[in-house]
Amino acid sequence: MKKFNQHSGIAVPLDRANVDTDMIIPKQFLKSIKRSGFGPNLFDELRYLDEGLPDQDCSGRPVNEEFVLNLPRYNGASVLLARENFGCGSSREHAPWALDDYGFRSVIAPSFAEIFYNNCFKNGLLPIVLSEAEVDQLFTEVAANEGYELTIDLERQVVVTPSGAEMSFEIDDFRKHCLQNGLDDIGLTLQHADDIRAYEEKARAASPWLFDAIR
Amino acid sequence: MAGKTLYDKLFEQHLVRMNEDGSALIYIDRQVLHEVTSPQAFEGLRIAGRQPWRIDANIATPDHNVPTTERSGGVEEIVDPVSKIQVKTLDENCDDFGILEFKMNDQRQGIVHVMAPEQGAILPGVTAVCGDSHTATLGALGALAHGIGTSEVEHVLATQCLITKKMKNMLVRVDGELGIGVTPKDVILHIIGVIGTAGGTGYAIEFGGDVFRNMTMEGRMTVSNMAIEAGARVGLVAVDQTTIDYVEGRPFAPKGEQWDAAVTAWQDLVSDADAEFDAVVEINAADIEPQVTWGTSPEMVVGVSELVPNPSNEADPVKVDGIERALKYMGLEADQKITDIQLDRVFIGSCTNSRIEDLRDAAKVVEGRKVAGNIIQALVVPGSGLVKEQAEAEGLDKIFTEAGLEWREPGCSMCLAMNPDKLGAGEHCASTSNRNFEGRQGFGGRTHLVSPAMAAAAAIAGHFVDVREMVKA
Repeated sequence: MKKFNQHSGIAVPLDRANVDTDMIIPKQFLKSIKRSGFGPNLFDELRYLDEGLPDQDCSGRPVNEEFVLNLPRYNGASVLLARENFGCGSSREHAPWALDDYGFRSVIAPSFAEIFYNNCFKNGLLPIVLSEAEVDQLFTEVAANEGYELTIDLERQVVVTPSGAEMSFEIDDFRKHCLQNGLDDIGLTLQHADDIRAYEEKARAASPWLFDAIR
Repeated sequence: MAGKTLYDKLFEQHLVRMNEDGSALIYIDRQVLHEVTSPQAFEGLRIAGRQPWRIDANIATPDHNVPTTERSGGVEEIVDPVSKIQVKTLDENCDDFGILEFKMNDQRQGIVHVMAPEQGAILPGVTAVCGDSHTATLGALGALAHGIGTSEVEHVLATQCLITKKMKNMLVRVDGELGIGVTPKDVILHIIGVIGTAGGTGYAIEFGGDVFRNMTMEGRMTVSNMAIEAGARVGLVAVDQTTIDYVEGRPFAPKGEQWDAAVTAWQDLVSDADAEFDAVVEINAADIEPQVTWGTSPEMVVGVSELVPNPSNEADPVKVDGIERALKYMGLEADQKITDIQLDRVFIGSCTNSRIEDLRDAAKVVEGRKVAGNIIQALVVPGSGLVKEQAEAEGLDKIFTEAGLEWREPGCSMCLAMNPDKLGAGEHCASTSNRNFEGRQGFGGRTHLVSPAMAAAAAIAGHFVDVREMVKA
């Protein structure tokens, strides 16, 4: 997994609540059996005017000039500013894969749907919860200033605005540690293989019907 | 000290260890796999040279991509080449790793959340996960079940555990008696309307009260299925005799002495009388009428006798923006009567409403009637091969086809339109599925979520009608 320590990048504001994972990456693109290549179809139905198809070259498609990601001032954006309940809906990890593949490293919102939030951490993408007031402030500042960049310092758990103002955020220690070191959870969990075996032994004695039934 | 909730008990029973940072490693008894969210997980195992921790904890079936039209030609004849690769990849992965899979034309194949309980693969008291958010369905059996992402699918395959955090507890109590024509789907849509699409975020919901005690397992599964549409990953119903009767005799359910021991253990799968919930929502069953969603989020729902909302009645600017955007996408006017919404297609199916009772409800409404002329297509897609077989044994397929509805092979179908069943741009659909998001059922498609009875009534009328009127007549 990609490490995340400090990141600075252009912020792009997506001003709508309850952005669902169907919107982030529509279902026709979930047919891929790979983890990569979803970037051109991120927000497909908002970004383009036609219906997107899997395995299509997107370079010649008619784009929705009004959609925020298509505005030249946000070219190369890597921090997505969003509204409440971002990532609601399905469990598809294709949503963070698409955000990552597009070039986003972080999403900032007042709240996230849980499965999406979890999935981000598995892919080196940092979801940051700030208060409604702070998010409002960022929306206002980004609209007023072309080239507006945010710096995210994971070690200090702060988002730094161009004026130097800092907004702090919470993150679980475990998730922070994994992101900072690019650690794969499976390897970490397997360090506790003895605990898992001990649990299984107890469970097999108490509930033998849960073992060897599905073959 | 206060007692424990059902969720607390299930969580504690499966705790392998608490990590130093407060995260928990919990043991997963069952994982259900399908073709969309598993290929990258299997690929991850191969790249790392890992084997599944336990083969016998997994069960698989393809559902999202499978065609629901005649498909005796098998996987090779799936027309969409990308869908075909995905279904074949699941077959190959399950064969390679020795995981039990009900392949596309196996009679036991079906939508994961229909197939797994039907087979007894999900039992009361288990922890169960699947790379699909509607895994919440399985909470109806008193199982701790929720959706996970693909990295977690790989993690569970490799370790049989999940790294998680304990959720908070919410009780949603619905007491009293439901009116005639008011179904479990209406109950859950009403609940979502009350608590909102993010109202359950961070919580495990337990559905309690008279209405759920008197509900069948199929109905409970419909309710638990949509807990995620209220933001909650988990939607539990306490175990009672209805649960036990449902599980008994299913292929992977315990037998003989083990059955007796299991039933004894399952008696404890209820919240203690003195358990404390972090949040309690109380609803009176008599207040629930048949529901119809008008917008692009499941919380945008009203009773069939009500009007499409008017944004000028809303104070919160983010909500006003959401209502205006939804009205535009849906092609509706503020204050329009729900019963004036004209429909183009009808979809009866999905992991929410494709079980035998759902099909019976719909058949009762369409029997001896004809689908309205303006309906381009009305699909009935059973949830599994076994549901299909049962329905045919009861003659429901004939009732549907004589009324002008299409009778299909099992799969997810038009719920998310990954297979060829989809809406055209601008078309309105009365759908028994679970999500009315923009584009969900097809690019530009307009979804209205309803119960099977309401969908069937709409198919006959060509627009929404109060099914209670039709049941009376």
